[in-house]
Amino acid sequence: MQEFRVLMGHDTPGYASIGVYRDHGGYEALRKALHQMTPTEVTDEVYWSGLRGRGGAGFCTGMKWRFIDRSSPVPKYVVVNADEGEPGTFKDRFIMEHVPHRVIEGILIACHAVGAAKAYIYLRGELALCRERLLTAIEEARRAGLLGASVLGSDFDVDIALHRGAGAYICGEETALLDSLEGRRAQPRLKPPFPAQAGLYGCPTVVNNIETLANVPLIVEHGAEWYRSVGAPNPAVDAAARTGGPPSGFGPDSPGTRVFSVSGKLNNPGVFEVPMGTPMSALFGLAGGLREGLELRAVIPGGSSAPMIGPEHFEIPLTFQTLADAGSMLGSGAVVFIDDQTCPVDLALNLVEFYEHESCGKCTPCREGGQWMRKVIQRIAHGQCREGDLELVRHVSDGIKGKCFCALGESIPAPVNSSLALFPEHWQYHIEHGSCPIGAKEYSHVG
Amino acid sequence: MLSDELRGEIRALLDQYEEPRSALMPAFWLAQQSDGHLAAEAISEIAEIVGVDPGYASGVASFYTMYHLRPVGRHVIQVCKTLSCRMAGAEDILEHLKAKLGINLGETTPDGAFSLCTSECLASCGTAPVMLVDDDLYENLTPERVDEILAQLGG
Ligand SMILES: Cc1cc2nc3c(=O)[nH]c(=O)nc-3n(C[C@H](O)[C@H](O)[C@H](O)COP(=O)(O)O)c2cc1C
Ligand code: FES
Repeated sequence: MQEFRVLMGHDTPGYASIGVYRDHGGYEALRKALHQMTPTEVTDEVYWSGLRGRGGAGFCTGMKWRFIDRSSPVPKYVVVNADEGEPGTFKDRFIMEHVPHRVIEGILIACHAVGAAKAYIYLRGELALCRERLLTAIEEARRAGLLGASVLGSDFDVDIALHRGAGAYICGEETALLDSLEGRRAQPRLKPPFPAQAGLYGCPTVVNNIETLANVPLIVEHGAEWYRSVGAPNPAVDAAARTGGPPSGFGPDSPGTRVFSVSGKLNNPGVFEVPMGTPMSALFGLAGGLREGLELRAVIPGGSSAPMIGPEHFEIPLTFQTLADAGSMLGSGAVVFIDDQTCPVDLALNLVEFYEHESCGKCTPCREGGQWMRKVIQRIAHGQCREGDLELVRHVSDGIKGKCFCALGESIPAPVNSSLALFPEHWQYHIEHGSCPIGAKEYSHVG
Repeated sequence: MLSDELRGEIRALLDQYEEPRSALMPAFWLAQQSDGHLAAEAISEIAEIVGVDPGYASGVASFYTMYHLRPVGRHVIQVCKTLSCRMAGAEDILEHLKAKLGINLGETTPDGAFSLCTSECLASCGTAPVMLVDDDLYENLTPERVDEILAQLGG
């Protein structure tokens, strides 16, 4: 039931090395892009494929590339977001470790498309094996003439450098990432201007996720129609193919596959690549279901910033639109199944602690709101609830929502509000009895 | 004092970037790798090479949790405490480590072998609970497995 595209070859021995990757047709897409296609044709192909960003926001990739003014005399940059840190997400790590050359090939094609001579991979500091694999892949590509001056005999010169992060979730936010890459404390920038207009060093910059870029060689090699042959594409886009009509890569358009990170108390958790639109229940099945004696209570469908949804959504096809309609989001593709032995108050506390710890401190609602929210939920979780604490949680949540500088702060209420909505009796029990109805242990490492 | 070799490596970093300030983070990494931690003097010397104010440089260093501004043990253990690891029993792993090492979070064992801290999601939620020891990831932890790992590392 898996459909390996991005992960194609991940189970072939030696696929992380350039020899085996090339034996299986690796870097032929780059050759095609350089010798048979203009940069505009490459960008158009990616646009018409409907590929959407896999980092979280799901923005149309080809559209993002089109925003780059290739005629501008200043340098252009491709910046690769490899800062994977959204709780529940581990697919980019898997991609970098297993198919690093597909990532490098995607970066090189992106550079060609937008006219960049330099790409930076911003890699999360903790991911040592990814660092090793990527550095090796870059060196191998350089020695094979795929990187450097006159790539594959063309007039395309390009270089890739790896920049190691040092522990800060906010660096995943693209403008904070750019500040970090410029040697600053990582705090998000005011938008507009967007990175496509003024990004790294004030120059036009494309920021893309690892999985997004790993899709690119496949699109260039096989074409947009092939790409759209699986998943949940919007048929109206296909009908109007390249002649106007609805935009590709927006709204109900979710073509291609998605690499999901699936975790929770499951028999077979892990990374699974399935067509977009696969029902959540099928993903649950691939992950072997919950371990014996456990019952499903809720699902976090797209990383910690995506509100939890109830088991009534168990059959939901996983697309950008369906999850938005269900009040959540596909986000980073991290699906966490929550069982009946997990305390939903503790879960909310755990994630609020995460956001509190990771707030960059730039804006008050996030910096102060996160801390305040954590303190109140800690009281409720630990049997020290005060009169009016539940109202206070709602009040603080309202004080955060819509008032933060970036999406980090905006995410704080997601786990709290969804936990409150799905498990009101559980919260009430904590408040009234000062203990957990399922006897979960009290833990907390802050305060 | 940074060694001449290290100074050379840091100067070479400047070529990687359009603006020299971008070399701060990689330079911090080099200094920390050679020294075990990132001392205030190292930050000042790096600031000078890169051409920024030392106060600015330490402001950057202190933003990022992986730079150790104070000396740490020979091995730094970071236990993931977030979502999926928490559900998989990360707290029991932490309690076990604290008891076994006789230290609390943020502390170093008296023999200087181990420092213990928590970490946020380490992008390994499918094999929870997990911890990092220095650069190495250990997955599917149990208290017994932790004991084996500590023994191997020569606690
Ligand atoms: C707090 C925060 C953390 C983020 N973390 C990541 C991340 O780890 N990896 C990632 O690719 N995108 C992350 N994003 C999304 C990026 O800002 C950006 O949308 C993405 O890198 C664009 O690439 P894409 O269009 O290919 O998805 C994060 C956003 C926010 C607000
Ligand atoms: S929650 Fe521990 S690795 Fe993701």
